[in-house]
Amino acid sequence: MNMDTPINTSAQPNDILIEIRNLHFSRGDRPIFDGIDMDISRGQITAIMGPSGTGKTTLLKLIGGQLKPDAGTIKVDGEDVHKLSHKALYDLRRRMMGMLFQSGALLTDLSVYDNVAFPLREHTHLSESMIHHLVLLKLQAVGLRGARNLMPAELSGGMARRVALARAIALDPQMIMYDEPFTGQDPISMGVLVTLIRSLNEALGLSSIVVSHDVPETCSISDYVYLISAGKVVEHGSPAQLAKSESAWVQQFMGGLADGPVPFHFKGPSIMDDLMQSGLG
Amino acid sequence: MLLDFLQQLGHRSLSIFARLGRASQFLLVTLMALPSVVMRPFLLVKQMYNTGVQTLLIILVAGIFVGMVLALQAYIVLVDFGAEESISLMVSLSILRELGPVFTGLLFAGRAGSALTAEIGLMKSTEQLSGMEMMAVDPMKYIIAPRFLAGVISVPLLALIFMAVAVLGGFFVATDMLGQYEGVFWSQMQVKVDFYDDVVNSIIKSAVFGFVVVWIAVFEGYDCVPTSEGLGQATTRSVVYSSLAVLGLDFVLTAVMYAV
Amino acid sequence: MSTRNIEILVGLFVAGALAALFMLAMKVSNFTSYGETDGGYEIRARFDNVGGLKVRSPVSAGGVRVGKVTNISYNNESFEAVVTMNIESKYKFPKDTSAGILTAGLLGEQYVGLEPGGDEENLAAGDMIELTQSALVLEQVIGQFLYSKAQDK
Repeated sequence: MNMDTPINTSAQPNDILIEIRNLHFSRGDRPIFDGIDMDISRGQITAIMGPSGTGKTTLLKLIGGQLKPDAGTIKVDGEDVHKLSHKALYDLRRRMMGMLFQSGALLTDLSVYDNVAFPLREHTHLSESMIHHLVLLKLQAVGLRGARNLMPAELSGGMARRVALARAIALDPQMIMYDEPFTGQDPISMGVLVTLIRSLNEALGLSSIVVSHDVPETCSISDYVYLISAGKVVEHGSPAQLAKSESAWVQQFMGGLADGPVPFHFKGPSIMDDLMQSGLG
Repeated sequence: MLLDFLQQLGHRSLSIFARLGRASQFLLVTLMALPSVVMRPFLLVKQMYNTGVQTLLIILVAGIFVGMVLALQAYIVLVDFGAEESISLMVSLSILRELGPVFTGLLFAGRAGSALTAEIGLMKSTEQLSGMEMMAVDPMKYIIAPRFLAGVISVPLLALIFMAVAVLGGFFVATDMLGQYEGVFWSQMQVKVDFYDDVVNSIIKSAVFGFVVVWIAVFEGYDCVPTSEGLGQATTRSVVYSSLAVLGLDFVLTAVMYAV
Repeated sequence: MSTRNIEILVGLFVAGALAALFMLAMKVSNFTSYGETDGGYEIRARFDNVGGLKVRSPVSAGGVRVGKVTNISYNNESFEAVVTMNIESKYKFPKDTSAGILTAGLLGEQYVGLEPGGDEENLAAGDMIELTQSALVLEQVIGQFLYSKAQDK
């Protein structure tokens, strides 16, 4: 091997924003993650997909430092999230992270405008007129400048998510974590969100992590995909690579097939035995 | 069978102790977050409105009626001994020593405590608390501490208002309905009601009740299972536990304050 | 509701509570009488039995409240109770004033009643009242009554 050629540039430590090594996490006796390794690159949209209940949201909470792993490390921008003090963790979140929750998580007693202004008022000493400008710009970016005086209860689900997105980018974070952004959306809001995630990522130079099980939408915007199931990373690669995967499980998941390695029937005795037994009983 | 029972017992006591531990830890973190309320006084004012002002109406109505009923009952008992001039004494001592703080504590638990639990529980289940954490705003400082402080301040204020209104209610019945002289009403009371023993102690009592009721209410909300069922259970628990705590603590405090 | 209205209502709430405290202090309790005792003087009296007398029980003369009991102790040499009273300085009593423990009404509270004598000199701070009448103890009274009834027969 020629020593002069640089090894694969995407593996340069500087390009890795989040580095997850040997992550173990369990809820009670139930293991959620059983040794996960992941590298999430800067400036890309990384999707984490898997069946419901595989702890995708839990993974985001682990990255955000809201949960502590049983073993393993998560480094964000070179800092081990779970070794930071309370203050340093809050600093890291303010500097680096924005998160879009499934429900939007808007503060119900504040208007749309105040919700977007909230992080600015809490973390900066900007004047009200400055904040006013910033809020309108952020709302303009998600197309909801006209809705600034509405209360969260008056918004539809898709609009709430867009307001939450405007709030998440208010402090210009380096990364945004999307928790199930497409779930329960009508096709139009779905299309809006897909476009927004892609365009924001490019316009703001963000790194995005999208957790989802909506395969076609997620694949259409992501640069790299991790598939997790039963606490392990089953497959990773670009959407095109995954589509060509030879694993039957990956094919079933990506194609949305009803039966395959994951059986259609929940495990139990065969129907013959069940019927016979109830017949005798 | 016996082993099963023992295991159940062990399991339950362990989970009760775990909850107590979480509640104490929660209280500690809340108390440490209190200084930050000074930085955001508008949050405290807003919560004083939500807990204090919103509870005021029920406190006023209850206070008037409790005072009036006490005066009537006192008259019925005392008139047999020819001691009806002591109505005011009986009314004021019962209200200051027991009924004022206890009633306020119970009404506050039912009106404001349950609302606090439900509000915080709902914030938890709609991920508002998590969302705040991810925006690097500590919900202990922004949500919990102002509500806690507002409650602890509001309850003694409400108790004072309750007691004053109840005495006025008694005054109304004694003078207008039973024909007692105004001067007799007030002077009889002043002879035996002591400012420190009765008024100050009742303020201390109500402050303790406020502390405990708000602690339980806020903790139950923060610790609830974030589903609609869990939220309902947490609200019920909040009212039941805080009411029992008020009554139990009242006995302890009375024993400490007035027992010879 | 606007922030201003909320602030006004909270302000009213706090003001109402302060007004309530003021009323409880001035109208309902004896707070006003705390200040008056500052300039008073102390006298003492010995009693065989103080009955239900307590610290802060009133001291009165001719039906007028003139002071209050500040201390009740037991003398180990004379085997008597010693009651210390604070009398407001504007009230004067002769040296041979007598003190008794009386009851307001049949079941009312007990108080110290002062009965002025005819001496030229007045009681000064720290003086001891010599003539005293102990509290009536109901059991003793009933006991004496039954005893005398039994003797009559």
